[in-house]
Amino acid sequence: MSTATTIDVAHLTKNFGAVSAVSDLTFSVQPGRVTGFLGPNGAGKTTTLRMLLGLVAPSSGSATFGGIGYRELSRPLATVGTALEASSFHPGRTAANHLAIYARAAAIDPARVERVLRQVGLAEVGKRRVGGFSLGMRQRLGLAFALLGDPPVLVLDEPINGLDPEGIRWIRVFLRELAEEGRTVLVSSHLLSEVQQSVDHAIIIAKGRLVYDGTLDGLETGARVEVDAPDRAALAAALTAAGVVVEQGEHGLTAAAPPGHELSAAQVGGIAQRAGVALSLLSGEKGGLEAAFLRITGTDSPPDTSEANADGGRS
Amino acid sequence: MSIVNAVRAEVAKLVTTRLWWILLIVLFVYVAFVAGILGGVFGAIADQGTAEGAPPPVAPGDLHLIVYSSATAIGYVFPLLLGALATTSEFRHLTLTPTFLANPHRGQVLSAKAIALAVVGALYGAVALLGSIGGGGLVLAITGQELHLVDSETWVLVGRVLIAMALWAVIGVGLGALIPNQVAVLVIVLAFTQFLEPILRSLSFVADWTAQVGQFLPGAAGDALVGWSPFTAFAGTGAGIPTLEWWQGGLVLLAIALVASVIGYLTTWKRDVT
Repeated sequence: MSTATTIDVAHLTKNFGAVSAVSDLTFSVQPGRVTGFLGPNGAGKTTTLRMLLGLVAPSSGSATFGGIGYRELSRPLATVGTALEASSFHPGRTAANHLAIYARAAAIDPARVERVLRQVGLAEVGKRRVGGFSLGMRQRLGLAFALLGDPPVLVLDEPINGLDPEGIRWIRVFLRELAEEGRTVLVSSHLLSEVQQSVDHAIIIAKGRLVYDGTLDGLETGARVEVDAPDRAALAAALTAAGVVVEQGEHGLTAAAPPGHELSAAQVGGIAQRAGVALSLLSGEKGGLEAAFLRITGTDSPPDTSEANADGGRS
Repeated sequence: MSIVNAVRAEVAKLVTTRLWWILLIVLFVYVAFVAGILGGVFGAIADQGTAEGAPPPVAPGDLHLIVYSSATAIGYVFPLLLGALATTSEFRHLTLTPTFLANPHRGQVLSAKAIALAVVGALYGAVALLGSIGGGGLVLAITGQELHLVDSETWVLVGRVLIAMALWAVIGVGLGALIPNQVAVLVIVLAFTQFLEPILRSLSFVADWTAQVGQFLPGAAGDALVGWSPFTAFAGTGAGIPTLEWWQGGLVLLAIALVASVIGYLTTWKRDVT
């Protein structure tokens, strides 16, 4: 592994005809930590990653690794390791041969093939044809491909999809280790819950636009509080006066912190007490991170809720 | 990422799946079988011709060359298929993704594939010659004809068969880039080479001007490159059917390969890989 490398995305945009898949995306990914690249299905994650890797040409903007675009890298596989969601294997080729071919194309030591197969736990099945592999094994083989060049940057698209619980535990530890070695690790997922234990930093996109770039803790602050009182108007007035954003909620009022501020149930209770309003309901945001994620990506509006839940149940 | 590594990777892609040796075995058996039959038929005609005193349809001195040339005349579809399937399988199995990740220089990858297929195509040529000289020669020997194995003409034929088979494989690569759908390219290659082209070639003999055009058909150009072919032998070489010079035939094949590859590169190979 060579020196630490950042990923820099600047004003990245992709239009498919009249449809805008990714709009003016700007973020950077730092080494030494696991960065989650999150967003609902169809948010533009895969298109963004493929633009990053020179597979899809951006309509405008740029994506670089340590200042160099993927297609200009002198040793791409030794700089950026990639596992993309689509399982790209010839079913009639063995796992070891699959890796050996790309090692040869990228002038990587063929001895790395055995090494990465062992690293992802596929050493025993290296001589078997990929056609007979389970989804979990294919995911591991994809990861082996990513590790082939011992790269300082790893870009993994939905690497947890299709893994069994043991595999999920394994990959979480594995991602941590990779980041601790000083690598830049970017992991995409459409499910926050999938990666929230392994991600230090989150970049969230929705409908092709950046909606959040920060820590997961930061995502949770700004959470909302459900509150109600027999005298709802007085409560609303008191909260508004205290600078809280108030909306009509399902069971009463939904109080949210103004941008850049935090709001807890205790604070809402305090405001109500000072105003002399008796409360009939006071409840902090139950979903926590997940709810914040759904809210920020705009998938918590009623028509989409069932879909989001269905997605959640599928993992 | 050098072109040498790229070519080695492309050769490795070919030999790590089963298709290449399955096609190679079928090629050998098919060519040996047909060359054997041709050897028998031509041998019998040659005998009869001299017996009845009429001029034989095939110059007796060319008999062995025509039999041996079945290596390309009927075998050329195999390297063509191998090349086409090698390219389309990258689309079909989405292996363009790891391929372009390992080497983002797409033009270099396509060139490397063409070079790799040329090498393996020449190997197909060598095996097809083993079939045609083995199978055909065996029957010629049995029917008492000369084999002329050490003739310079035989060796010229051997060299040209290798070149022709290499070029057919490269045409396959271009065709695969042009028509990335594996089933479509398979159907088109088989329908054209086994059905359409033979008919067009036969029809082209009707008039002078059509014959002038017909000599540029890919199969006709391939036969011209090799110099002998059972097809032109049956149609009657002496009847004044125009045929390209051997090097012109080679240039026609090369031009087809280049045009297909360049258009394929621009239309499919360079496109976004999603």
